[in-house]
Amino acid sequence: MKKIFNSFNKNGHKIEKTPYLYLSPTLILMAVLLVIPIFMVLRYSFFDNVIINNNPVFVGFQNYINVLTDDRFLIAVKNTLFFVSVSVIAHLVIGLYFAMLLNTDYLGEKTKGIFRVIYALPWMFTASVIAILWKMMYNPHGIINYLLQISNLSSANIAWLGSRSYALMAVTLINIWARYPFYMISILAGLQGISGDLYEAAAIDGATPVKRFFYITLPQLKPILISLLTLDFVWTIQQFALIWLTTGGGPISATETLSTYIYKQAFSKYQYSQASASAGIVLLICTILAIFYAKQQKART
Amino acid sequence: MAGNILIIIKRENINANIILSAKYNYNHLEVEVMLSIKKGMVVLVVLAVLFSMSGTGFAQDVSLEFQQWWGVELPEGELRDIVDGYTEETGIEIELLSNPYADTKDQISAGAATGTMADVVGLDGSWVYDFAVQGSIANLSKLMEADGYDDSQLSDQIRVNGSTYMIPVANFAYPMFVNMDLLKEAGVTELPKTRSEFIEAAEAVTENTDAYGWIIPLSTSTPSGIQNNFMGWLWASGGSMLENGRPNLVGNEKLIKTVEFQKTLFDKELVSPGVYAMTESDMVEEFANGRVAFMIDSLAHLTTLRRGDTDLNMAMMKVPTMDNYNGKSGIGVANWGIGVASNTEYKAESMDFIEYLMSPEVNARIAVAANAFPGNVNAEPEYEGADPLFLDAFEIYKDSYAINEFTGLPTSEQLMRVFAENLQLYLEGDYDSADEMLAVIEDEWEKAFE
Repeated sequence: MKKIFNSFNKNGHKIEKTPYLYLSPTLILMAVLLVIPIFMVLRYSFFDNVIINNNPVFVGFQNYINVLTDDRFLIAVKNTLFFVSVSVIAHLVIGLYFAMLLNTDYLGEKTKGIFRVIYALPWMFTASVIAILWKMMYNPHGIINYLLQISNLSSANIAWLGSRSYALMAVTLINIWARYPFYMISILAGLQGISGDLYEAAAIDGATPVKRFFYITLPQLKPILISLLTLDFVWTIQQFALIWLTTGGGPISATETLSTYIYKQAFSKYQYSQASASAGIVLLICTILAIFYAKQQKART
Repeated sequence: MAGNILIIIKRENINANIILSAKYNYNHLEVEVMLSIKKGMVVLVVLAVLFSMSGTGFAQDVSLEFQQWWGVELPEGELRDIVDGYTEETGIEIELLSNPYADTKDQISAGAATGTMADVVGLDGSWVYDFAVQGSIANLSKLMEADGYDDSQLSDQIRVNGSTYMIPVANFAYPMFVNMDLLKEAGVTELPKTRSEFIEAAEAVTENTDAYGWIIPLSTSTPSGIQNNFMGWLWASGGSMLENGRPNLVGNEKLIKTVEFQKTLFDKELVSPGVYAMTESDMVEEFANGRVAFMIDSLAHLTTLRRGDTDLNMAMMKVPTMDNYNGKSGIGVANWGIGVASNTEYKAESMDFIEYLMSPEVNARIAVAANAFPGNVNAEPEYEGADPLFLDAFEIYKDSYAINEFTGLPTSEQLMRVFAENLQLYLEGDYDSADEMLAVIEDEWEKAFE
């Protein structure tokens, strides 16, 4: 680029404009696709009903007050907390367990390869396929009830997704099944990066496998685990497709989560301002998490 | 999967900007992006004006644009052939804008926002309220009156605030499907005509076979079961959930009886398990697998059921009525509706074209081609070679009046969802009485009508 693009600030330092020119396509895209929509949603949340109202009026935090005092929203928060915390913990435990199984020295490379594919399969399915699959298995006449009945664990045809007491547990289980491979694959990569020297040294010092796990494996995996947990928390809090396709937030409000609540507010009730306010709250939670995540990453580097 | 919510919200923004903000002349939106969209709209409007000039100004004769999704669903060339008949009669050219349903919906919404709607538009009942309130579709009552049109020949009219805005051209009915093998196995020899008989039949099936008597999809994600499977019972007994176009639930005797009737079926455990999370397609699957004896469903699924299991021995029947009810029965329908854009220069011609489509012969032809029932009560479609069950259903349809009270209501899907959720609570015993439940629903519904 020629010099004409550059100018000098008052201290006489040259201000490079050229880099910004190179960056501009990305910056413009980011602004149009990310920044503007986010700010528009936040702006909507401070008006009375936008979009379907000709002249929306600024109402301050009224939408936030409405949302926060809505029983339905509180139920959604409670369900989301259960859904997210159980999912995230189960993902971690199952993912770590499978990763360690696949990392063992006792199995041949071929066997490990086959199991790696099998264990990773759920991650390959789209949400709609997963929903259809599990709806069939959860069907009162489905395989899960059949297995329970032939093993004498249950005598009735339980409607897993249609019962108020089981539905939330049932969708959480689907989500656990659908998402653990991401942990497994990431942790497996992490495990393979741990130097064998550490384990050898520990073995010479007489460390038991349990001690080796807690004093070598876990600390070595910590950076990966923290990234995984943060990402998973944000993704699970936003899980919409699975819940919508299996229960739609029902029966009644048994599986209502923040994402289904927001969807209903916007596209079923046309209460775009309330939906924006709820989305603003979720955005706030996710932003706080993102800040922690960024800080943790920075501390490492 | 990351960023699900954000993506959804972004989409909402984009759609909202393009479709809805334009409706209101951008009074409240000053973001710069809007300006570029606005410019785009201006270009579109200018183009549309140029196009319409080329069609009318230069060529002197009238040409009407007819935007719909029917052309795509009818056999190829059928709709073209039908409208060419009109051009022959009147010399008015019809330009067909045929696109799949979802695209048509988007285009008509965008047209409504910018005032560039096609002259005549295919409508779905669920869009009517918004378009009518917004003033983008014309009041057909006035047009019919101006033309001296006899509207008693119409099977139904979709009204907003007492005026007609949509006329159903073809109706897709929701009769009751019966699994005859299950009835035989259960020793039921006659099809139930009243609710008491229905309970007896359902009891017999549930007791004597592996199947259940009744099924009703109550999923809250797609709550159409309230419209198609629950209200079907009310309408069959001549009931109504509205009064002068507004909710009339509390103290509505027929509705209370219908709610209580469903509770009886649930309490006696005659209903297939898992219905709270069930959608219409799940219901059809249960029926197709012979796990339930009765269901109310769209005739559109007849082909699916035939294809899926040819051994299924089915019959069609009217939805049983309240005991001692002798009046005419209503039958639930979904339809292809038609309306006129407010912005058209040719309102009279547009109405004339609609009258042509609704005339008995033409309407019968559309119905046959679409595997539907005609919107004109005098039409006599000849369904040659049609499925005998389809013909049975047609007899039932002719003997009933077409009705769908959710058509034309504001946020109709949400109304159904509120109903479904509270009905589930009632069936679970969370409410003491049906009326108590209806009062809660009516409160919620009223908000949508404000």
